[in-house]
Amino acid sequence: MRLEPIANPSALRRLGLPALALVATMAVAMALALVAGANPLAVLGQIAKGALGSKLAVLETLNRATPLIFTGLAVAVAFRAKLWNIGAEAQLYAGAILAVVLGTGVLGSPWVLPVSALAAMLAGAALLLGPVLLKTRLGVDEVVTTLLLNFIMLLFVSYLLEGPMKDPMGMGWPKSTPLIAEARLPRIVDGLRLHWGFALAIIAAVLVWVIQTRTALGFEIRAVGQNPEAARFAGMPVNAVLVKTALLSGGLAALAGWSEVAGLKGHLSSDLSPGFGYTGIIVAMLALLHPLGVILTAIFVAGIFVGSDAMSRAAGVPTYIADMLMATALLFMVLAILLTQVRVVRG
Amino acid sequence: MNRDEGAEVVLRLDRISKAFGALKANDGVSLTLRRGEVVALLGENGAGKTTLMNILFGHYVADEGGVEVFGQPLPPGNPRAALAAGVGMVHQHFTLAGNLTVLENIRLGTEGLWSRGQGGARAKVERLSRDFGLAVHPAAKVGRLTVGERQRVEILKALYRDARILILDEPTAVLTPQESEALFATLRKATAMGLSVIFISHKLHEVMAIADRCVVLRHGRVVGEVDTHATDKGALAALMVGGELSLPRAEARAAGTVLMRLMGVTTPDRGAAPGLKGISLELRAGQITGLAGVSGNGQAALAEIVGGLAQPAEGRIALRGKDVRRWSPGTALAEGVARIPEDRHHQGSIADFDLTENAVLEGYRSRFSRRGWMNWRAAREFAETIIADYDVRCPGPSTRIRLLSGGNMQKLILGRAMAPGPDIILANQPVRGLDVGAIAYVQSQLIAARDRGAAVLLISEDLDEIMGLSDVIHVMSQGRLSPGFARGTMTAAELGLWMAGQKFEGADAA
Repeated sequence: MRLEPIANPSALRRLGLPALALVATMAVAMALALVAGANPLAVLGQIAKGALGSKLAVLETLNRATPLIFTGLAVAVAFRAKLWNIGAEAQLYAGAILAVVLGTGVLGSPWVLPVSALAAMLAGAALLLGPVLLKTRLGVDEVVTTLLLNFIMLLFVSYLLEGPMKDPMGMGWPKSTPLIAEARLPRIVDGLRLHWGFALAIIAAVLVWVIQTRTALGFEIRAVGQNPEAARFAGMPVNAVLVKTALLSGGLAALAGWSEVAGLKGHLSSDLSPGFGYTGIIVAMLALLHPLGVILTAIFVAGIFVGSDAMSRAAGVPTYIADMLMATALLFMVLAILLTQVRVVRG
Repeated sequence: MNRDEGAEVVLRLDRISKAFGALKANDGVSLTLRRGEVVALLGENGAGKTTLMNILFGHYVADEGGVEVFGQPLPPGNPRAALAAGVGMVHQHFTLAGNLTVLENIRLGTEGLWSRGQGGARAKVERLSRDFGLAVHPAAKVGRLTVGERQRVEILKALYRDARILILDEPTAVLTPQESEALFATLRKATAMGLSVIFISHKLHEVMAIADRCVVLRHGRVVGEVDTHATDKGALAALMVGGELSLPRAEARAAGTVLMRLMGVTTPDRGAAPGLKGISLELRAGQITGLAGVSGNGQAALAEIVGGLAQPAEGRIALRGKDVRRWSPGTALAEGVARIPEDRHHQGSIADFDLTENAVLEGYRSRFSRRGWMNWRAAREFAETIIADYDVRCPGPSTRIRLLSGGNMQKLILGRAMAPGPDIILANQPVRGLDVGAIAYVQSQLIAARDRGAAVLLISEDLDEIMGLSDVIHVMSQGRLSPGFARGTMTAAELGLWMAGQKFEGADAA
């Protein structure tokens, strides 16, 4: 058996296969539920109900989707240039740290929110700048450097929470001093538990889409990702494009941490992110790296997690099912993407 | 060497034809190999050597023609048939497992590694190794061997499988001169014992040293078959790249001012590919400067310098009388240097971009965007203009360029390069792999550009093309550049001597 590239995949192939991947994921989910001794259809129903069944559930799903949109965009932007940023988790925490540093009394209204957002983006960008310079100057693999920075950053956050940032009123819990009221992101509609971070994430997705399709930089990013040799031959500054891509990607990932702290939690703790940075990779891949698609897949992924929590309480099936669902969805989607481009031939 | 007209014919390729789309990779190629004979298969890249061998080994099925080994027809499309019939091939890139021993590698694929005692196999390998002068230790790990030793293992592997016909694909490309000599000694022993060898190469002096007969391929056809003792390097070079055929030629014109000048430009060697050795070259307005040479003699390095992809390690570049400092693809474009790259698939275009995007790859900053915002409407109109003006056959500007034929892809690249009205044009192998119609079109565009007053540097391995189009011809050999020869002052055979490198020695001594 071997793989043979398809010159011009049909629309059926391009849309049908990803749809099939979702159906296959559902089938696996039902099989898992069966193994766990529950009624498969009831489990799926409860996940759906938990994610979308009430106004409260929908808002919870959208809140959970917010950081995933940011990290998903960060990954989508970088992967488009074939810059493998696996460090969105670290960049997220960089943004969260800046939200605390500038949001606990250093600055007041009206500057604290825009300034801390901008500073968070700069911090995230700076964190990715090192790996990308190592890549362009010395050829160091950015997968390794960005991945390892995640662990370094998490340890750094632990240090901050035990030391300089520790909340004196926290009764010993490792969390930071809470943000002042002016540094908190307001809710979009009074009385509804959904903060402005979600709206910013949507705006960010639209902006990224505009950058990719309408600007010269977006053209460069796509060209460098598709064929760096041709891009260089055509006079594109390949290394500079990679650096700009990294700054954009790191900045977007940092906004995830910033909006979690400023919009939802109000303080920094080392469990701020249950792996939003890594889940962002799944979100971006499921969206086929399309910025607007990221909005949908982030909500979908968030819904699975939120719904699984609710299902777990009702049906007694462990929430690990959500992680397994994400993993299978990613595997099936990667396979589907591959099969839109090649066909399997015998011989 | 043992030449014997009456010797048994061991291999006969009979009028083999194979087309890939519009490109005829093999066009009625016939070849016979006799017992105890070394036949060299000569030809430039893309002449059809590899296709022919792939047909012999069943990787491709020929459109027409057949293969006979020892009088028996070979079933087409069966890779094992040729091996079973006693044909062994040593590829340019070895197919050995580095973590296994020499003996294990030799037995790999023919018998199970634990099937029976290794004693018999080892004795056979040692006997072959002694008989053919292939010194290599059977128990040594292949990963620790030198390239020359690995090649010996490959040859042993073929002999172990009782090959009576050996095919060597560019065997000396990876060897030092000493290792090459050792290989030749082995081949002489092998032919003395009745083996037959096909030696694929484009290194003329080696062919002269080892082969009894040369079969020269060009554009998929056999263009000559000569006994090596009845020919010389110059004649072979001329056969290989052409010189006896006539093509439409450009009329001579008076040359203008020097637009680009290289002075003593040197670049480092890159592996086996020589860098530039202190090259000085002038490109004049209204003149096509042709650069001839056998592939891999520094043409790629020169193209990189002229096109802005590399900086000289030593020496200077001057444009219109002014030295250039920061030299990059971007500056080259800004200075009005148009480039038609050698590799249109990987360098000249982005396969999954559509025609519009490919059309603006070079001009997107200067002409199709404002303050960083792309003007896609203008870009699309530009692509449509190229498609119309350069007769690019395609469904439309939104087609992905990978779906275009080589000729149409090249026309788009040509249109893109010519659009800003460049006065210096680098055309590196602009017609390689194109069909006849596209060749004539691209060449006429280069002549038209020259007539408008542009300086054109034409790099080609096809001497016909060089002689037909160039006002001045330089020859490259081993990174050195010959003096410029005005149109009509040199014959193909004389250029062949320069290509073979002989004239340089004479010039150096003088």
